[in-house]
Amino acid sequence: MTSSSSSTRLFHLENCLLGYANESVLLDVNLTIGSGERIALIGPSGSGKSTLLRHLQGLLPDVVAYCPQHHGLVPMLSTFHNIFMGQLANHPFWYNLLNLIRPQKKEIEAISLVTEKLQFTSKLFTSIDQLSGGQQQRVNIARALFQNRSIFIGDEPTSSTDIYQGQDIISLIGEQHETVIFALHDIELALNSCQRIIGIKDRRIAIDAPSHTLTVESLSHLYQSHNQ
Amino acid sequence: MTQPKTHSPLFHSRMNTSASSLRKFSLWAAIVGLGVLWFGDTAIITRDPGDIFRQLFFGAITPSISTCEQSCYTAFDPLINALLTTISFALQGVTLGAVLGAGLSLVFQHRIVRLFCAVIRAIHELFWALLFIQIFGLTPLTGVLAIAIPYAGTFARVYYELVDETDPTPVQSVSPKHITLSLWVYGRLMQAWPQIMQYNRYRTECAIRSSAVLGFIGLPTIGFHLESAFRQGDYSESAGLLYTFIFLIATLRWWLRSRLLPIYLLMSFLWLPPIANFKLSTLWRFLTVDIIPAPLRQSPFQGDQLRVWFENIVLHAAIPGTIETLGIGLVAFPLTGLVALLLFPLASTQFFKRHLTRYGEFLLMISRSIPEYILAFIVLLILGPSWIPALFALSLHNGAIIAHLLANISNNIRLRPDATRGINRYGYEVLPRLYRQFLALLFYRWEIILRETAILGILGLHTLGFYIDSAFETFRFDQAFILIIITAIMNIGADQLSRTLRNRFKLNNTPYELSS
Repeated sequence: MTSSSSSTRLFHLENCLLGYANESVLLDVNLTIGSGERIALIGPSGSGKSTLLRHLQGLLPDVVAYCPQHHGLVPMLSTFHNIFMGQLANHPFWYNLLNLIRPQKKEIEAISLVTEKLQFTSKLFTSIDQLSGGQQQRVNIARALFQNRSIFIGDEPTSSTDIYQGQDIISLIGEQHETVIFALHDIELALNSCQRIIGIKDRRIAIDAPSHTLTVESLSHLYQSHNQ
Repeated sequence: MTQPKTHSPLFHSRMNTSASSLRKFSLWAAIVGLGVLWFGDTAIITRDPGDIFRQLFFGAITPSISTCEQSCYTAFDPLINALLTTISFALQGVTLGAVLGAGLSLVFQHRIVRLFCAVIRAIHELFWALLFIQIFGLTPLTGVLAIAIPYAGTFARVYYELVDETDPTPVQSVSPKHITLSLWVYGRLMQAWPQIMQYNRYRTECAIRSSAVLGFIGLPTIGFHLESAFRQGDYSESAGLLYTFIFLIATLRWWLRSRLLPIYLLMSFLWLPPIANFKLSTLWRFLTVDIIPAPLRQSPFQGDQLRVWFENIVLHAAIPGTIETLGIGLVAFPLTGLVALLLFPLASTQFFKRHLTRYGEFLLMISRSIPEYILAFIVLLILGPSWIPALFALSLHNGAIIAHLLANISNNIRLRPDATRGINRYGYEVLPRLYRQFLALLFYRWEIILRETAILGILGLHTLGFYIDSAFETFRFDQAFILIIITAIMNIGADQLSRTLRNRFKLNNTPYELSS
């Protein structure tokens, strides 16, 4: 499937080989993504979803809010600081250093708005190493939301939250971004929340179709290993 | 999930992060350091520091090496002699120290052995040398023992700890009750062997620095030539010597191979046999008469006089010397930290490309190759004796060592692909992740900083070394001896304090490159 006619083209890959030495490699990638799309990337773990997302992030680093699976939060800094890191590029360095030493009221207010949406306000000044896995994941999402960018790329952004929170968070991300690309392990969630599904199998894109043409059963073959 | 909050985060100014206690400690260390500096002696007393600086700078860019004028095999005999002597003292001293230390480490679990080792390593090489000179004179034996004895105390502790930290299961699974020597060697010692060899290598580098510094009190190592060149105002010659010394340290990893060590050692024994012509009566007299408090030597013993003698030392040497030493140590602590934090990015691939960090590494290598004592000596020529040369030397040398290790740690941090760059990366990504290790390194170094501060007194600062050196110069060996003991007690106290603080802040990693 190609991008809808009214949108501008964001990504266009033709016969690309993606991946580095220690990553899963993807072969023959042909992909066009337009603005306004809601895309779910599915496939077994290790199939190369993360490689593709990282590559897309690298193509447009200044407009993509990126939410990697290994979140890379700074463990000894507070939730507040880790979320603020999303905006570092928008401030002069002295302001960032000042805010590191003494959180600025303006930033606390702005970040509180984001954490309220994620129902996560009481741990603003607690360091990441004292949070649970699910809480850390929400900090990671809050940081991406705080960037206020038009494209969201998230690698299993809700894997550590429960189903209902996961759905809420996915729709919140959808409301805040024009274009959304997720890697998801929950196929049902993928079908319900995205219009386009890209399925990866055996290091290649195996499916690229609108979600209304697909069902959970029709996608299950992605996860079945077969002998070649 | 989230509780209904009773307070808005706006009023929530108290951070509850695992970094906040470290931050608070750092702030206080800086405040105390600045406060103490306020009372410190920072006056510049040389008449024209700019002129001496210009001369030194000119010397630095026109290095030369004095050549031999008569009866030499080659033109460079004096320099080669000095280098070979420096290396001989270091190799023999470190070998003897390692052998003695290995023996002591086997019985290190006994309290009395621990205490003995703590005392012998709390006394600096230069103080040992000053003691041995009285007995053995300016002989190779003095040089070798001055290095071997304090190093033995350190080796004993580090060997013991390295073996103690190895996994006990291999031994226990073979024979849980009866542990034979060979079982211990196979099961425990061999696990620690790579670290032990690495530590030996590091200590050899330290010993070469110690050996060079011994020249400043008269032993014929490179420090002796360096001091006389500086004192005679021949700054090109001193630059030449200093560069040669840095080159020697910088190339260690190429020429100091463990397989070649027996050959080097044999050569050094042939070159400079560790012997001394001394009379047993001298040794006996030194131990039973010279270092005994003078009032105790008088035949009708008078308690009053002993009290006066002791009061005199405490009031006029020990207390002012300790205050000065601790004062400089307290300022040098945050200053060393600051230097380390400013320098490490230069050698870190988080901030510069690989080919650029090599220059940073080179700068750090030079800064840590020159011993504090020599750095302080040079700055003292320019500014005269005050706290400034001591603070400069201590913070540059130790800061460069910490910076080198921090750079290595930072190179191994993997950041996410969208991580920020430059100063933002420094403040938000790298510094918080490094800070705990940074403080641990700084605490380890602080103990060494205090040891060295005491020694810098020999250069004319009024730290403990000043009073010890003056006592030696006026042949009051009894006073020198008691002051050395007091210095050792201070060092042991600093070691304990550093340990307590490391535990308190849960900084328990043991970077052996830093223990002395």
